[in-house]
Amino acid sequence: MNTIFIILALVAFSIPAIVSYRWRHSIRLVANPKVELFVRVLLILSSLIAVITTVGIVLSLLFESIRFFNLVSPLEFLTSTVWSPQTALRGDQVGGSGVFGSLPLLAGTMLISAIAMTVAVPVGLFAAIYLAEYATPRFRNWAKPALEILAGVPTVVYGFFAALTVAPILRETGTVLGLDIASESALAAGSVMGIMIIPFVSSLSDDVIRAVPRSLRDASLGLGATQSETIRQVVLPAALPGIVSAVLLAASRAIGETMIVVMAAGLAAKLTANPLEAVTTVTVQIVTLLVGDQEFDSAKTLAAFALGLLLFCVTLTLNFIAFKVVQRYREQYD
Amino acid sequence: MLAQQQIDPSTPTMGQNQQMSIHLENNLKVKVSDVAVYYGDKQALFGIDLDIYKNQVTALIGPSGCGKSTFLRCINRMNDTIESCRVTGSIEIDGVNISDRSVDVVELRSRIGIVFQKANPFPKSIYDNVSYGPRIHGLAKDRQHLDHIVESSLERAGLWKEVSDRLDEPGTGLSGGQQQRLCIARTIAVGPDVILMDEPCSALDPIATAKIEELMDELRQNFTIIIVTHSMQQAARVSQKTAFFHLGKLVECGETEQIFTNPQDSRTQDYITGRIG
Repeated sequence: MNTIFIILALVAFSIPAIVSYRWRHSIRLVANPKVELFVRVLLILSSLIAVITTVGIVLSLLFESIRFFNLVSPLEFLTSTVWSPQTALRGDQVGGSGVFGSLPLLAGTMLISAIAMTVAVPVGLFAAIYLAEYATPRFRNWAKPALEILAGVPTVVYGFFAALTVAPILRETGTVLGLDIASESALAAGSVMGIMIIPFVSSLSDDVIRAVPRSLRDASLGLGATQSETIRQVVLPAALPGIVSAVLLAASRAIGETMIVVMAAGLAAKLTANPLEAVTTVTVQIVTLLVGDQEFDSAKTLAAFALGLLLFCVTLTLNFIAFKVVQRYREQYD
Repeated sequence: MLAQQQIDPSTPTMGQNQQMSIHLENNLKVKVSDVAVYYGDKQALFGIDLDIYKNQVTALIGPSGCGKSTFLRCINRMNDTIESCRVTGSIEIDGVNISDRSVDVVELRSRIGIVFQKANPFPKSIYDNVSYGPRIHGLAKDRQHLDHIVESSLERAGLWKEVSDRLDEPGTGLSGGQQQRLCIARTIAVGPDVILMDEPCSALDPIATAKIEELMDELRQNFTIIIVTHSMQQAARVSQKTAFFHLGKLVECGETEQIFTNPQDSRTQDYITGRIG
């Protein structure tokens, strides 16, 4: 019912446009400079909105971070291994001095992201290779959308799946094996996050693998290479730049992911590489810092901006590295 | 293994005529009997019978869509890679039916090389392009041997002089004609006995074409060459045998000179004089 209304509304709105268009063009057959100008301005504005928003966000991150660094030294922020974001409400408060060391948060983020990538990259890539190279079209036609549904599941669902299903299972398995697994382990959050980003890797990789020209496969098969030799030595190298960017996108997604870690990872900032322990991440701490009533000029609140900036820098660096890798190793086919 | 048919032509009990026919049979490389090809429900080739002999260039001519390329791709079973494609009939190479279950398609393709219409070098260095086949088949004992295979293949493809100082550069950076010769070198490097060429010069200028035609004439000393071509002049220049295809059927096959000067079928006559196609 709704759809019909929308369609009717669209038709109704477009009638004046069509009429005016026909009317104008019945008078002048040359391209109307005003229409051209209007279209051009519209397009420029649209692209500017994206650019300006990005610049605005980065600038606000930057300025708020500068305010934060006036209160807390950047050295402490970048090198201290203790994260204890408290500010004194009164001068004489006990334990009122906070320490803002981002290292444990960064380590936690990296640990969880690494676990997620360990799950997502092999599974996603192999799934993509299967879909692109081996699967029959019929299987592919339902398997690919099915895989993409994974990307459509709200992350909060993954979150409670991680917290209520995966984490207890891991802990019980750990008990049987004699391992001490925290109930909010990095492993639980990371593996569920890995499942979540599988479609990012697989769907994009599948597209780039299929974009490798058939002639290259024919050349390899024609020389007597087997299908797997062809994939390993011809198709994957040719698709590598695309695969790297797919992996990168997945990595940025993992680093920036919030909901799963809020629910399944811990709050305690611990500097550890043990996936069985509870860790916290940059995103979780940003959420914790901003939830509730906060003054907007305390170091505690401003720390969120500094963390945001840090996250942004990490992602940017990752992008840059990937760009260089792609430039160095790409095998260009044309 | 595709075993070579061993017939001793000098058996003393045989008469002159028998010896002649055995001599011919001994030179028979590919025997195609009653081959039909279907793409899904559509039949592309109808009952093809064709004999192809060693050390000769056999040209397949005919208008576009007549099934020449499809036929060519049957000979090294490249059609296996097309989902809906089905091939019936028998193709014997050195007396072994290639669609037999015991035939390893990978080994078959290493013996029946193919050069495609559009030069398709791998996006790798010139060296890696040529060494690709020998590497996957484990033909080289060591690096030195591999270097030797690469050099001699490029040499035989008439490309060595032009690229010997830049083997590390990407093969895709060469000119069209060089790329096609690189593809020929890549095919030779595996050590096939038959080379299939699917309109190898259709994207090349006359000078590059002349080079490749010259090359074909040299290569036929060691290889059996089957070439699909749209250019009747090319067929006349390079081939010893010519087969004319029309609408999925083999219309006529014979000595190239006879096909072009005295065709038996009126359709062949029409095609070579430019009335159909």
